[in-house]
Amino acid sequence: MYDYDVMIIGGGVSGCAAARELSRYKAKVCVLEKEEDVCCGTSKANSGIVHAGYDAPEGSLKAEMNLRGNEMMERLSEELDIPFMRNGSLVLCLNEADMPKLKALYDRGTANGVKGLRILNRYEVLEKEPNVTEDVYAALFAPTGGIVCPFELNIALAENASVNGVKFRFQTEVTEIEKMEKGYRLHTNQGVFSAQYVVNAAGVYADRFHNMVSARKIHITARRGDYCLLDKSAGNHVKSTIFTLPGEFGKGVLVAPTAHGNLILGPTAIDIEDKEGTNTTREGLDQVLGKAGMSVRNLPWRQVITSFAGLRAHEDQDEFIIEELADAPGFIDCAGIESPGLTSCPAVGERIAGILKNRMGLDEKKDFISTRKGILKPETLSREERAALIRENPAYGNIICRCEMITEGEIIDAIRRPLGARSLDGVKRRTRAGMGRCQSGFCSPRTMEILAREWNMDIREITKSGGDSFIVEGTNKDVF
Amino acid sequence: MENYDIVIIGGGPAGLAAAASARRNGIEKIVILERDKELGGILNQCIHNGFGLHTFKEELTGPEYAGRFIEQVRELGIEYRLNTMVMEISPQKVVTAMNREEGLFEIQAKAVILAMGCRERPRGALNIPGYRPAGIFSAGTAQRLVNMEGYLPGREVVILGSGDIGLIMARRMTLEGAKVKVVAELMPYSGGLKRNIVQCLDDYGIPLKLSHTVVDIQGKDRLTGVTLAEVDEKGKPVPGTEEFYSCDTLLLSVGLIPENELSGGMGVELNPVTSGPRVNESLETNIEGVFACGNVLHVHDLVDFVSEEAASAGKNAASYIQRTDGSELSERTDTYGEAPGTSTDEKERQGEGISGEKSMAQSGRRNRAVRLTAGDGVRYTVPETICASRMDDRLTVRFRVGNVYKNCYVSVYFDEDRVLRRKRPVAAPGEMEEIALTKEQLMRFPELETITVKIEEE
Repeated sequence: MYDYDVMIIGGGVSGCAAARELSRYKAKVCVLEKEEDVCCGTSKANSGIVHAGYDAPEGSLKAEMNLRGNEMMERLSEELDIPFMRNGSLVLCLNEADMPKLKALYDRGTANGVKGLRILNRYEVLEKEPNVTEDVYAALFAPTGGIVCPFELNIALAENASVNGVKFRFQTEVTEIEKMEKGYRLHTNQGVFSAQYVVNAAGVYADRFHNMVSARKIHITARRGDYCLLDKSAGNHVKSTIFTLPGEFGKGVLVAPTAHGNLILGPTAIDIEDKEGTNTTREGLDQVLGKAGMSVRNLPWRQVITSFAGLRAHEDQDEFIIEELADAPGFIDCAGIESPGLTSCPAVGERIAGILKNRMGLDEKKDFISTRKGILKPETLSREERAALIRENPAYGNIICRCEMITEGEIIDAIRRPLGARSLDGVKRRTRAGMGRCQSGFCSPRTMEILAREWNMDIREITKSGGDSFIVEGTNKDVF
Repeated sequence: MENYDIVIIGGGPAGLAAAASARRNGIEKIVILERDKELGGILNQCIHNGFGLHTFKEELTGPEYAGRFIEQVRELGIEYRLNTMVMEISPQKVVTAMNREEGLFEIQAKAVILAMGCRERPRGALNIPGYRPAGIFSAGTAQRLVNMEGYLPGREVVILGSGDIGLIMARRMTLEGAKVKVVAELMPYSGGLKRNIVQCLDDYGIPLKLSHTVVDIQGKDRLTGVTLAEVDEKGKPVPGTEEFYSCDTLLLSVGLIPENELSGGMGVELNPVTSGPRVNESLETNIEGVFACGNVLHVHDLVDFVSEEAASAGKNAASYIQRTDGSELSERTDTYGEAPGTSTDEKERQGEGISGEKSMAQSGRRNRAVRLTAGDGVRYTVPETICASRMDDRLTVRFRVGNVYKNCYVSVYFDEDRVLRRKRPVAAPGEMEEIALTKEQLMRFPELETITVKIEEE
């Protein structure tokens, strides 16, 4: 007997999308995540862009997943109650000489099946986006391009999977995979678990697990991208996602509004050795600001509220690997999921579930719950509804995060719901408390109090993001 | 909807002093809306002494200083609501606020006094590269944890920025058992008060490294260390000067930003230098009847001056109400087309001072606003315009200089004429400067267009 039918390594957006799709079927599924929460790796630090699908080569899996994911995102966002909008994207061409490249992109997108692509001339671009550089010559416009909140997408997929019976084990790091005659034994810091099938959705570590079971080695490079995030007051600087054709200064960076109305700039692309190397660098940040300034004018630099870096899982073949391994039956790779991985996740999940359904002969559950209600956001209510809500639950009348206007009610909801938040970052990614312009200066002590109360913990046990990331080290004069 | 004469946004030192002053100047219906659970604002976490030397001629702690004003507010019977967040203010002065008990509610105010204070600049605003572990705090957050909650944020501390809160926290953390290894300051001079450098760093042997900044942050879970480097005149790190400090805590005291999201939302014009509202001699913003004072207007060093400024704002808001209560009547009579005589009668009933001012306003010329501009070496002035007819006999103009000047002069020009030249042995960006202008002075220059405040060196 196995502990589980399927074990998924990694609670990022791919692993959770696979878990959610699998939870449609009668199977015992478990997600193993080494961090204390879902959405802690690549999935938490990216552009939040839903790509239209003109980048990947025609016929590639990347192109197929991108198009299918983009198409699925709309319905998924409704089912899971997460912010998603098609704000459209522009790829700027800054000089006439580069027009063949823009045309090639148009042709590739059309071949990939991207709908509505159009090449706009300079005047059309500037009319659409007055803050785009005056040097713009033309641009490729993709109306199907969109933006999504990557945290909410990942968390919602996990919550929905959990509600549908998927087990999540946090702070469970797989150290070794033992191939059995049939199935696998996963050794972790929390004990050994067995499953007949394994889904390897381990992000930058997917090569490590793949190579434990397969003779045909793969290699994943952590490709770091630095970003700057600007205050909501700058969120309307552009409406579309602005890309730039690669030019004499290399690949450009994007400038885009986020699903919550901030402005994001980035990423750089630097290959690094350390798979935990999410540190920004001076050169990286300078590059982000410099390059963003080449495509968009008058960027309000003083409105930068934070910067961060994310790691893309770049496989040497430059392609997604989503398949059962020929020399490791029952081991399904979900590897090399770099951009457009976030866009593709609904399709990736669907594909993995499809592989397993066929392989295992799974039956659909009758009681699958396809919808998930997000954390109630009082700001979306009418005044009357909001007043009624506060009467019913006064915690919704108590603002904790004054920058994002997040109430105690929302934070309590984030903690008490399935796979609830246990750390400051967990609360932040679910509610946005601490994500605003003061970057948690005012609300962190209050959020810590709520976390301690709800989990019945001491303030000293509260962490920023699990592990040893304790916020306070002790009490006053405790060393004397 | 409720109706109040004055709604004061914020119950810190500015809001409290403004409220007391407005009441003493004859306004009955005042309410203070405070988001925290008690009055006093950030003073409550400033448990060190040194407050009130100007106002009370004694050295008080922050909570004691706040206590004096809270007492006044209570004695004057001024209403306040705690745990109440103002969500929005409309240009028509409808204040929308929220708390647990009343839910969402609206107040129509005749005048609004903005006194929301400021917030600290976070790490992100500086774009400091590195990891993002636990253990990085703005100095004020650490101050709250230590002084109000009793928790020690960390044991080995590096402080970036020599603003006053950073300096105060260097001493506080030392007294609570932490080792403060160094205070680094990007500029070639400290942004804090001289007395704080002496009392908080020198007295404890904590080194202050000027022209230094943090160039890297190490640690994946909790902070393990930072790298400091020297910077050149342009603030760029000088390669080869890097020095690693192991520490579990980095405190940032790198500037304060007035919290003007509400002001901006209602259409108040902001000055990009101060990030506070542009105000006239009455501390009134571009929206009539909306006043600002304290750190929401411009960041102060000393709370005594906040109280003084706020008292003016309160007094000016009171006279605005007294003035407009009259003019509303006259407007109404105009609208309803009654005999013009009625409105004259109304005006006369207001008493001499006010009707006198009215007639001056109608006669025009001296009601003109004179522009105050920040000349050489001066970053900004508060206020930015002065209407001589409305000013008090004596008006304090506050400003900051943009650099450290030794043996310089603060000069004031009325158009081309220098009317004041005061010697200053030292002027530094960390210490707010002030000059006084008198009504008499301005009345002597009826054609005056611009007043310029500047620093002149030898």
